[in-house]
Amino acid sequence: MIRDYFRVLVVDLGSGKGNVVKVDGRNEFAGGSGLGALLFEKYGHADRPWDDPDQPLIFSIGPLTGLFPLMSKTVCSFKSPYHDQFAESHAGGRSALAIRFADYDALVIAGRAPRLSCLSLGMKHLEVKDVQFLAGKDVFSTGKILRSMYPGSGHRSILRIGPAGENLSGMACINADTYRHFGRLGSGAVMGAKNLKGIVIQGDGSFALPESKEYSKIYKQVYEKMTATDMMSKYHNLGTAANLDALNELESLPWRNLQATKDEAITGITGKKFADDTLLRNAACAGCPVGCIHIGFVREKFMEDNQYLYRQVAYDYEPIFATGSMLGVTDAFQVLGIMDEVEKAGLDVMSGGVALAWATEAFEKGLVSEAETLVPLAFGDAENYKKAVQYLGSAENDFYAALGKGSLVAAAKYGGEDFACVLGQEMAGYATGEAFYVAEGLGFRHSHLDSGGYSWDQKNDRKDAGEVCDFLISDETGRAFLTSMVACLFGRGVYKDEILAECLKSVGYGEIADNMDLIGERVRAMRWKVRFSTGYDPEKISIPKRYREVSTWKGKTDPEYMEKLKAEYGRRICELVSDEALEKLNLKKVEKK
Amino acid sequence: MKTLTASRMERCIGCHSCSFACARLVHKLLSWNTAGIRIASSGGLSTGFVAKVCLACSPAPCAEACPTGAMRARKKGGGVIHKKDICIRCGKCAEACPVDAIYLDLKDRPYVCIHCGRCVEYCPHECLEMVESDQRRDS
Ligand code: SF4
Ligand code: SF4
Ligand code: SF4
Repeated sequence: MIRDYFRVLVVDLGSGKGNVVKVDGRNEFAGGSGLGALLFEKYGHADRPWDDPDQPLIFSIGPLTGLFPLMSKTVCSFKSPYHDQFAESHAGGRSALAIRFADYDALVIAGRAPRLSCLSLGMKHLEVKDVQFLAGKDVFSTGKILRSMYPGSGHRSILRIGPAGENLSGMACINADTYRHFGRLGSGAVMGAKNLKGIVIQGDGSFALPESKEYSKIYKQVYEKMTATDMMSKYHNLGTAANLDALNELESLPWRNLQATKDEAITGITGKKFADDTLLRNAACAGCPVGCIHIGFVREKFMEDNQYLYRQVAYDYEPIFATGSMLGVTDAFQVLGIMDEVEKAGLDVMSGGVALAWATEAFEKGLVSEAETLVPLAFGDAENYKKAVQYLGSAENDFYAALGKGSLVAAAKYGGEDFACVLGQEMAGYATGEAFYVAEGLGFRHSHLDSGGYSWDQKNDRKDAGEVCDFLISDETGRAFLTSMVACLFGRGVYKDEILAECLKSVGYGEIADNMDLIGERVRAMRWKVRFSTGYDPEKISIPKRYREVSTWKGKTDPEYMEKLKAEYGRRICELVSDEALEKLNLKKVEKK
Repeated sequence: MKTLTASRMERCIGCHSCSFACARLVHKLLSWNTAGIRIASSGGLSTGFVAKVCLACSPAPCAEACPTGAMRARKKGGGVIHKKDICIRCGKCAEACPVDAIYLDLKDRPYVCIHCGRCVEYCPHECLEMVESDQRRDS
């Protein structure tokens, strides 16, 4: 399984057949993000819309997946229904290891199945099955039925969509093994457009160990760092939910559609509150001993005489921000209740929560009424939010169909663009200041994890656009390399360059180890190149007025500085794909399929 | 003699570190199947995890079912040893095991726990332990 090329399965859903293809470029692109962009360049169609049946949906893993702990993520690359540009979304769960042990570096899924279908594959099988009977089924029941239809419990990955994906919502996610998601930018709708309800990947192969003696030794070292030291404790202790308190304290937690950045009511939804009252247990992605997945529960009385049911819901910082503080819901169980509905619908929780926060303010301001929202929306009203989530997932009427395409699409129709909390897509929960607003707004994935803008804000209050951009650009290189590995970014404290290089060498990827910086730069440029070819233009991205009104620990946003920063960052991004830069990185020509 | 027991599986987070350790250190393979211990969800992830691992039956039905003597009972304390070189890959052992502890790979080679305990130190949640055979409280 250590190879100097990529072994890629290309499936055509139309015919139900696949091809195993050798793709060159292992030492240039490593895997993950780099491989995703490379494959889109080969198999994608920049000039056709996202829902063209020929557009590929790509899942790729890294050179160390399955070989080392926390190399546990998969990158999904696709043309996004949200903005019709090239996009990327990452998820954990078991998909990465399942793809590895099925002996592929990537899956490219193209074509459209004639009826709703499920793709299943493994080391020695490939099949597209009709599952029309799953039409409209929520994510949970879909999972249950798929589990019973296919063998291999424990060592397979089940990816699936809910009603939101089938309805082609720009906010539809792909659920990965119940508790993880390819969340952002609408990958779920790409499956929907392909009539693909689920993908079952069975990791049933086994492989010879890398020959070097070093391998088991360095494995042990890395493993011990991940478990025995306290390096990872923040992730398995309270988990990322610990950030709620911290960001609230720092006046950086968005409340009620970002009308405030701090609130006393935080006590109801802190990480500690969730752990003390709602936490059932922890879980992990396959291949990760850290176990950062926190699973809480919701309990509902469904009949008099004390008839209760309960369900388990995975929580994290982002989902709590999106369905908690952003919606003014400050009871941990109510927050989990909303998340549970979001899960069933198959929506991205951040996009859905933030969009409903916009809808609530629009409702309060009289721009929309119950005729559109179907239930009155008010900050803090969890019960009605649960209903609104279902309407959003099922695109119940014109209003929810528009909202599913993005708050700004709905705002263009109903008004209220000023207070849409959109930074490229519905925002992440870090109202830390100008660097974050600009970095998320313009960044490749519109994710706070593309670069450390949010952390720059938390540490600096200098207003030097040049300095911030230097930081953002250099930070992005390392992250592009890690997401090509595809390491969980929580492991970045352990996987410093030196250790990463040793790991790569111990299994025979010496050439990648020797060129990590260069590969990071090349992958980054390649991703942007593909993105630009699908219409990206930093000048067309606006940062809504709400961001100029809000205060953080640094005080009010400085609009002039933010404009300057935005212009400079946009310019730097354009520089990354200049002829000269592409020439230097050998990216002028990539062969088209 | 000691045997491996998965005595605290309620704590399991499903990381598969144990299976990987066994595959890597005992069987010199990379896999989450070809290992003496395999982790499965007990009917969807929301129900937690179970370990498929040898319970060290004594007498051992798998050894009794083996037509060539490749799957043999250990001398003491229960459990079996599998001799690859005389195994004809008929799969009778796997069929006979009441708890699905023997995995047949894609070429029908059996993999079973030899109760060496190397997986134990790789479990971050102390779900697994080595216990004197005569003191075992089965999980
Ligand atoms: S492999 Fe199965 S039958 Fe054989 S000793 Fe172990 S548990 Fe018993
Ligand atoms: S005790 Fe040894 S053989 Fe059994 S599962 Fe653990 S590592 Fe594998
Ligand atoms: S190592 Fe421990 S926690 Fe991880 S899967 Fe095995 S038994 Fe479960």
